[in-house]
Amino acid sequence: MVSAVFHAFQPTKPRLFGHGHVANPRDTHGYRCGLRLALTKNPSVLFVLSSMKHCTRWIVILTLALLAGWAQAKEAVPAAEDPALEARMLRIATELRCLVCQNQTIADSHAELAVDLRNQVKEMLKRGDSDQMIIDYMTARYGDFVLYRPPVKATTLVLWFGPAVLLLGGLVTLYVVLRRRSRLSPDEFEPDPDDEGAAVGAASDAPARTRTSGPHD
Amino acid sequence: MKKLKFLIPLAIFLGLAGFLLVGLGLNPREVPSPLIGKPAPAFELPRLDDPTQKVRKEDLLGKVWMLNVWASWCAACRDEHPYLVEMAKRKIVPIYGLDYKDTRAAGQQTLSRFGDPYVASLFDADGRVGIDWGVYGVPETFIIDKAGVIRMKHIGPLTPEVIRDKIEPLVRQLNG
Repeated sequence: MVSAVFHAFQPTKPRLFGHGHVANPRDTHGYRCGLRLALTKNPSVLFVLSSMKHCTRWIVILTLALLAGWAQAKEAVPAAEDPALEARMLRIATELRCLVCQNQTIADSHAELAVDLRNQVKEMLKRGDSDQMIIDYMTARYGDFVLYRPPVKATTLVLWFGPAVLLLGGLVTLYVVLRRRSRLSPDEFEPDPDDEGAAVGAASDAPARTRTSGPHD
Repeated sequence: MKKLKFLIPLAIFLGLAGFLLVGLGLNPREVPSPLIGKPAPAFELPRLDDPTQKVRKEDLLGKVWMLNVWASWCAACRDEHPYLVEMAKRKIVPIYGLDYKDTRAAGQQTLSRFGDPYVASLFDADGRVGIDWGVYGVPETFIIDKAGVIRMKHIGPLTPEVIRDKIEPLVRQLNG
């Protein structure tokens, strides 16, 4: 149905990629560093910089300021209050398909729904829910489609075992064909080009040999 | 029989082509909801126009109703909006809105500008009720029967065809 193409998935939401909150504390620190650097654009500061004596001082001050910002950023790296919980959340999230951008997991996607679902997983983990409870929660709402590893059941048998059955069928066919051929007497086959060439070469002379060797080299 | 053996690859090709042709017509965006035929998820949400008034699932038991998930930021909702207004005018089924991840002001402004087809619009600011209903895009529309069971879900904007061919007959049958 064509109209379904216009289904407004969340990426159309304008504020989607610039979430209201700052996702990473490093961002704010980076901004502060930028402000400090911007001071050098102030003409009076540049004037000070032009004097050599002051310049070294300013360079030291600016370097220290930068280092301070950098040190702060370093401290802020563990954005999650609990890295173990975060890791567990991400492990579950990589098993779940994002329904908005369907070839991404919830862990990879920046779609707003994926962010919400990651938070949901985190909340459930904090509450002490098991991995299976979270998977069940998701499939109850979004179906098996959210699972990157769908469960084996009657409707997914072809999905799970189809490729193996095809491969096996191919191997069996190959085996049967080869066995049948090996039982045939040599008369049933067309003569091998090389044998033919040798036979002809033995009986006749050079022109025949060039004919057979030509296209096969 | 032996002479027809050369047709086997052709048959395999036609079979494959048939599968691919059917696949072309499918929309991978339309994920079938596991909630159809199941009781609607419970909710208790404030009305968009009046935060003090709450609407719960239990309030709506005993009648056939429609839940339309919408938002002021959703462009496709604008497309279906006139059809909703017309449905409300013709009183086909009571329509409840779920204003999904929106702000109160923007939601109210949209309704005052384009008309309000909803008996009530529920305000789902954080999208939590949306997740419970398996909403993954906006707009989506559900039909809920008298026992509070979800009978139908439509993903994407409503069209006059969907309303005429699917919603109206289903509502008649459920009310019948």
